[in-house]
Amino acid sequence: MSNIIEIRWHGRGGQGAKTVAEFLALVALNEGKYSQGFPEYGPERSGAPIKGYTRISEGRIKMHSAIYHPDIVLVLDSSLLDSVNVCDGLKEGGIVIINTTIPIPELVKKYAFLNGKKVWTLDANQIAKDEIGKAIPNMPILGALVKASEVVKMDSVINDIREEFTKKFPPKILEGNIKAVKRAYEEVSGG
Amino acid sequence: MSKMHALTGNEAAAYAMKQIDPDVVPAYPITPQTELMQTFAQYVADGAVQTEMILVESEHSAMSAGVGASAAGARVMIATSANGLALMWEIVYITASSRLPIVMAVVNRALSGPINIHCDHSDSMGCRDAGWIQIYSENCQEVYDNMVQALRISEHKDVLLPVMSTHDGFIISHTVERVDALKDEEVKKFVGEYKSLYPLLDVSKPVTYGPLDLQDYYFEHKKQQAEAMKIAKRVILEVGEEYGKLSGRSYGLFDEYQTEDAEYIIIALGSTAGTAKAAVDDMRAMGKKVGVIKLRVFRPFPAPELVQALSNAKAVAVLDRSEGFSGIGGPLFQEVRSALYRKADMPVSGYVYGLGGRDITPEMIAGVFGDLKEGRIHEDEAFHLGVRE
Repeated sequence: MSNIIEIRWHGRGGQGAKTVAEFLALVALNEGKYSQGFPEYGPERSGAPIKGYTRISEGRIKMHSAIYHPDIVLVLDSSLLDSVNVCDGLKEGGIVIINTTIPIPELVKKYAFLNGKKVWTLDANQIAKDEIGKAIPNMPILGALVKASEVVKMDSVINDIREEFTKKFPPKILEGNIKAVKRAYEEVSGG
Repeated sequence: MSKMHALTGNEAAAYAMKQIDPDVVPAYPITPQTELMQTFAQYVADGAVQTEMILVESEHSAMSAGVGASAAGARVMIATSANGLALMWEIVYITASSRLPIVMAVVNRALSGPINIHCDHSDSMGCRDAGWIQIYSENCQEVYDNMVQALRISEHKDVLLPVMSTHDGFIISHTVERVDALKDEEVKKFVGEYKSLYPLLDVSKPVTYGPLDLQDYYFEHKKQQAEAMKIAKRVILEVGEEYGKLSGRSYGLFDEYQTEDAEYIIIALGSTAGTAKAAVDDMRAMGKKVGVIKLRVFRPFPAPELVQALSNAKAVAVLDRSEGFSGIGGPLFQEVRSALYRKADMPVSGYVYGLGGRDITPEMIAGVFGDLKEGRIHEDEAFHLGVRE
């Protein structure tokens, strides 16, 4: 299984964790890879903690279980850190990207489970508010992921945002999403 | 030739239906099937298909509308899950005994109660004796491929039996994966124009559907159904091979993975077979001789073929995603063990797992192989894998 990159998304209902988990799968696929994107379905309520999963591989992915030992964890809402061990099962030296304004040393001090992990942070809410007009952090987090891991290329993300969302969003929102992804790529820090 | 898509299992089924463009699709929503018909309804609304969609008030009515339309001479496709299938029950049997070639996507979900929307096979296993052909899909690609093939199998003049093409609720229905789809015209050509052999609306050749059939003929009609089910096996293989020539992906009654020299073999249905293959990859890398048989076709049950495929194994484990409440083991276990009776002398171990969507992991599969190797065989009573005691 070592040739499969496993990614787990932690968010709250309404933050777009499902959408971005599936969108990343699409981007990887359009790069010629194999992928899976799926949410963990529970009672669906706005604000409830939810998980999303993405697998990316060069070969066909046979496995269909949830992800218990991710390579990368993305946290769309830092308030989850108080109630969920987002690093549960994360491989040693694995990547954690958190949407927060708290400095990394402070985070690691407060949340012991972040020890020994490559922690990255960004203020995805602010980026989303500025660029898209709404604090939906999923697309900025994706930009941060591209910087921290290079699982997919930035050009592919931008192409697929245009391809996928042209029908769904007005041009201003579409371009806002692209700007948000690019800005997140520049602003995320850590590692 | 083909075009690559990122689709959920439900979208893959709906996309196949779009390319097939059936005459009539009756629909009633139920999780996790809803998204399938929602996607198809969009195709109807966009004018991408000519299908007449009938929105009914219950699943009983959905299946009934399907029976009426099919008897009239239309090509009918339909979809449901769990309690929806349970509500169709009466008409499910009538469809098969009326020899109406309807294809139904069943998105496997646990039957209530307690209420649970997640995957197990209690819904489709509940109607294993209904006279429908049953095909189980492992992933989104197979959902697409099986929907296209199902029509050809169902409508074959020597078969004329309805087909359930199933995929695992949420695990497949709501997972985006790569799906290589054929071109529209390739699918159209493969399924062909449907011409009902006995259309009710052909007044020049009057026929009767659903008449009273008592001691005089009922038994003969049931025997004919049983014969058609036997013939279906041959047709499934022919269609699977022809589909392979067209798509590069051929299909049989089951799929053998690393079984040739395998000492221990696991048999499973649906997405779990994929997870088991991943476990086998890991164990093979450690030099362990293990393999998986993914049963694609549960009805008709390929007994002699399975016996042949299992003949060199030291022990076999069967994973059931439904209980069955026999006290002995699940429905798949019982079929496999019956198939092997007096044909091969190896231990067959029964496991019930994954009820109500409980996850199954490669580690759990490795544990089952470990049981087989160490002689922990559950042959009198199934072991409930992953349950909390």
